[in-house]
Amino acid sequence: MAIRTLASPVEVGDRAARSAERSRVWRKFVRNPAAIAGALVLATVVAAAIFAPLVAPQDPARQSLIRRFTPPVWADAGKAAYPLGTDQVGRDILSRIVYGARVSLVVGIAAVLVSLVVGVTLGLLSGFLQGRVDTVIMTVVDVTLSFPQLLLALAFVAALGPSLVTIIVVLGLTGWERYTRVVRAEVLALREKDFVEAARAIGASPIRTLLRHLLPNTFSSIIVMSTLQVAQAILQEAALSFLGVGTGNVYPTWGQMIALGRDFVSVAWWLPTFPGLAILLTVLAINLVGDRLRDALDPRVT
Amino acid sequence: MLSLLTRRLIRLAVVLAGVSVVTFAILHVSGDPVSLMMPEAPESDRVVLRQSMGFNDPLPVQFARFVHNIARGDFGQSFFHREPALPLVLERMPTTLLLTVLAMALSLGLAVPIGILSAIRRNSAFDHSATLVVFLGTSMPVFWTGIMLILLFAVQLRWLPVSGWDSWAALVLPAATLATFSTPLLLRIVRSSMLEVINLDYVRTARAKGVSEWLVICRHALTNAALPLVTVAGLQFGLLLGGAVITETVFAVPGVGRLIVNAIRQLDFPIVQAGVFLLALIVVLVNFAVDVLYIYLNPQIRVR
Repeated sequence: MAIRTLASPVEVGDRAARSAERSRVWRKFVRNPAAIAGALVLATVVAAAIFAPLVAPQDPARQSLIRRFTPPVWADAGKAAYPLGTDQVGRDILSRIVYGARVSLVVGIAAVLVSLVVGVTLGLLSGFLQGRVDTVIMTVVDVTLSFPQLLLALAFVAALGPSLVTIIVVLGLTGWERYTRVVRAEVLALREKDFVEAARAIGASPIRTLLRHLLPNTFSSIIVMSTLQVAQAILQEAALSFLGVGTGNVYPTWGQMIALGRDFVSVAWWLPTFPGLAILLTVLAINLVGDRLRDALDPRVT
Repeated sequence: MLSLLTRRLIRLAVVLAGVSVVTFAILHVSGDPVSLMMPEAPESDRVVLRQSMGFNDPLPVQFARFVHNIARGDFGQSFFHREPALPLVLERMPTTLLLTVLAMALSLGLAVPIGILSAIRRNSAFDHSATLVVFLGTSMPVFWTGIMLILLFAVQLRWLPVSGWDSWAALVLPAATLATFSTPLLLRIVRSSMLEVINLDYVRTARAKGVSEWLVICRHALTNAALPLVTVAGLQFGLLLGGAVITETVFAVPGVGRLIVNAIRQLDFPIVQAGVFLLALIVVLVNFAVDVLYIYLNPQIRVR
């Protein structure tokens, strides 16, 4: 990502300017139909995850050997009670997808929060202190970048024992380096600006300069990156569940449904297809929103 | 220039040291490697194993021994195969590299022409469709793409085998799957770096001189757009190897990725460590090569 210096630094306390800025961003955002569609899909997925017991037509765990391999409702043998069909033990696929949204969203968001805290802190320190601290932090970034993230996450989740918390922490701690690189680059560009110079000149402490003047000006990059990173984290979580080191058997997950469905792909195509479509739609929606957010928050793009 | 190369070499050494620390940590992060290796063994067996494998020594001592061993290519015996771990990984490496290189070639073959055309005809219907494909491609889970390709080409049409690695036909679906993962990323870079150079003065000058459009694109614009592409292609090599791990699992390709995934299921940590270390080593070396290439390709750095 290119180093971007904001044309108008956020002046802390300037409410009118901020609300004008916010409405400008909002107007730019809603002009794009793809972003609106993405936001609507995302809202649907979030609502389905929160209200899963109300939305899901069936109990996601109830098995029924008579009803196994029921095709989707539009096929000849389909039943209205199982809109997307049933799996190899007769569980309703739609209900499992609805409940699966919970794991995907919780892991996606929580892992990104972990990355964000670690990555932004290191990025701020690296750019602000420079020198030896910067060298050490950037070396750690280089080391992290040397491993395929999925492989590292796979090995550590297996070593620590798969659980929801392990997956969140491991995905968070293997995906922070992008924040560090971008925040560091922004701080390096910003620290030479007049308003930072001015803050220092009137006697602001380094910590105050860092937190009140530098950090707020990296917010738009952080917001955009976080949105796109949630999409990545959801894909990573799905891959881990697919490979069998998922959150366990308590909750259905989309990756696990695809892994189980793969063995039956020649007799029941709907088993792996629909959970994959759920991942595709969710991740696509987040990517569309994130991409538009990037343009909307960039004052140079009109 | 020599000092820049020296600095790169020092960084290479430091990064490799870091890679060893992380690889070492895989077995030790849980605090008790023995219960990780034999979860069902009685305590008396564990005490014996702990003593014989030196797990009672202080961690720095164990780490020094680990580094000493891997420097000689010794990652220990695979618990499952009862053979040294490194040769098991090495003999599967050509398969993984072939898959990765095939996918990379396929992606470049698609991404470069499509990206250039997208940049030249910016905001055309072609450009918009390419953008749509990029969004779709980056939002699809690799393993699901693979299964969908199996469903279409192996189950429905019966053109290609479902899995395996024993014929050229068997290579098509794995390579195509991995390419659907890497093409959108490269396409985006080609398009944006072409857009950056296409309106620069020297390109306009070339046009004004009456150089044909085709030559302007190929000789003047593309050679300059190639620099970021090389860097990004190098950086994405790690991403591609990660994708290869999943692709191999979906198609039962006998490569390093599948070996590691199976080793993880069997808690066969010497294999996991050897595999993870070697794949990271490849990424580090590729990036080092890209760095050095960059020094030679970029006249701005060369002067300094």
